[in-house]
Amino acid sequence: MSAHLLVMLLRTPERAEALNAAQWNGVIATARAERLLATLAYRLKGQVAPDALGPILESARFDAEYEKRLALWEADRAMAALAPLDVPVLLLKGAAYVAASLKAGEGRMIGDLDILVSYERIGEVEAALLAAGWEWVKPDPYDDAYYRQWMHELPPLIHRERDRMIDVHHTILPLTARPMPDAQALLADAVRLPNGLCLLSPEDRVCHAVAHMLADGDLDGGLRNLWDISCLISEIDNISALESRARHHGLHMHLARACRLVDHLYGKGKMRLTWADRLFVRRLLARNNWGSDSRKFLGLGFYVRSHLLRMPPLMLARHLWTKWRNGHRPI
Amino acid sequence: MKHSCMLSIGPASFRIGSPWRAPIDALRELYAAYPPVKSGIADYTVRLEPAGTGRRWFRPSIAIAGDHMLADAAPMALRHGLLAAEMGMNLQMALGWRRHLLIHASSAEKDGQALIMTGESGSGKSTLAAMLGECGWRFMGDEFALIDLVTGSIHSFPRLVSLKNAAIDVMRGIVKAPARFGPLMEATPKGDIAHLVPPADAILHMRDPAEPALLLFPRFGFASELRGVSKGEAFVRLTQASTNYVALGEAGFHALHHFVDTVPAMALDYANGEEALAAIDQLWEVRS
Repeated sequence: MSAHLLVMLLRTPERAEALNAAQWNGVIATARAERLLATLAYRLKGQVAPDALGPILESARFDAEYEKRLALWEADRAMAALAPLDVPVLLLKGAAYVAASLKAGEGRMIGDLDILVSYERIGEVEAALLAAGWEWVKPDPYDDAYYRQWMHELPPLIHRERDRMIDVHHTILPLTARPMPDAQALLADAVRLPNGLCLLSPEDRVCHAVAHMLADGDLDGGLRNLWDISCLISEIDNISALESRARHHGLHMHLARACRLVDHLYGKGKMRLTWADRLFVRRLLARNNWGSDSRKFLGLGFYVRSHLLRMPPLMLARHLWTKWRNGHRPI
Repeated sequence: MKHSCMLSIGPASFRIGSPWRAPIDALRELYAAYPPVKSGIADYTVRLEPAGTGRRWFRPSIAIAGDHMLADAAPMALRHGLLAAEMGMNLQMALGWRRHLLIHASSAEKDGQALIMTGESGSGKSTLAAMLGECGWRFMGDEFALIDLVTGSIHSFPRLVSLKNAAIDVMRGIVKAPARFGPLMEATPKGDIAHLVPPADAILHMRDPAEPALLLFPRFGFASELRGVSKGEAFVRLTQASTNYVALGEAGFHALHHFVDTVPAMALDYANGEEALAAIDQLWEVRS
């Protein structure tokens, strides 16, 4: 139930008045688990809510400001490291949202720095980052080789002094995924900010967020990702331009589902859901009053799906066999 | 969660839930004298969950979970449930608290002024604070001292005192009320542990701040010695003893800078508790 309430508050913060203490406890725990507490804190600014909530939300906003400062500093450091190469630093996801002061960046927790560079120049970028103090995180040769052969990004690098991770992407989905987004078009239509940092075009930002949530991964943190999409779509002027862009990237079906989920959870609830959409909604709302996962089997199902999305069955079997032999156990 | 309770400790509040009755009942009993959470809204949720499928009944063991979690935390035996709850609450404070600069330290108050003692595990800071609490001082906490980011005052976090190993018998010798002691938990990951309910005045005045007057770095098990600690050394050692110094950014820096600039610091080596208490009394008399 708590995830329902969280979604309701993000959608209609003015309904905060109606919640009782037990419901607030559930909402806070769920929002923390979904990394949405600071987002909720910004949404609830100016609303009538119990006094005890004040310091909790204030601390969440404080953390979000800190996250933002760190993310922008990392972006600045990446820009300095890549300056000699004359490669634009194209930010993806959280760092991009806060750099451009987008609505999706308000209260957003930001883990790693994600950047997109062209495939031809990825070797130079890697060398420049290594020279500037970033180091490999994955010492396992199989993981390293897997990333380089099949993934949409280099194996993650971590900065030896600042302990922050950077993911260098050359496209936005693993090469093994069915859709093949046009990475050159992503780079060609990028937008440059006054400080020199770049981000994807508004339409491509939506396409990337949709691809990340629905064509890759197991929907862990899905409520936050869907909130991103909801905010990003609200900043699009021309929906048909977005639709044709998604078609170009092979993501139109994913976009359509994302629009339905956004409408159902964060919008007016006017669109018809398919039966599969309903499974997604269940998975997204699988948090109980204590903030813990309330649908373990459904979660496992989406975990399996995430692997099927990523790899054809034979390849998946080989991958799982290798990981199992190396001692990896899921969950 | 089948069983749950809410605890209010100093400025913080917790909601603790578990499918097992025992740890929640034990918490209720030992925290009975603490004020209720008036708003009914807790700052943090702590879950004491079975550590795996079937582990609720078969070799029951607890995974500490909640708002803030450690990915690789080792599960704990159900009979150590009180310790698991304590660790769960500490974790929320250590990783989540932003309203004060949080120092891993014990503290005690006299005449409105606070003595802060920080040191590694085994330094005796917990036991010393508990001893002071029984002889004229107000016990303020044995785990975290909270420095106000604006005024620089010390706020109290007087959870149950967590007594380890030899300290249990030391305090049993001093505190003559068996009802104030929790059950003895043997062979926990931290050794033998028993909890002690703080004196009534510590709980009654748990929301009263005090002005910091002396910072002490005690060290148990060494020949008695006292030396001054420079502001620079105190600053660096306190940044290491703080779990939220980095996250607080500029506000944390200013609060800590003000603290070391105005509070004298001493390092105290001692071989037994009486010796340390005598040294503390002397230092307190001549504090600037």
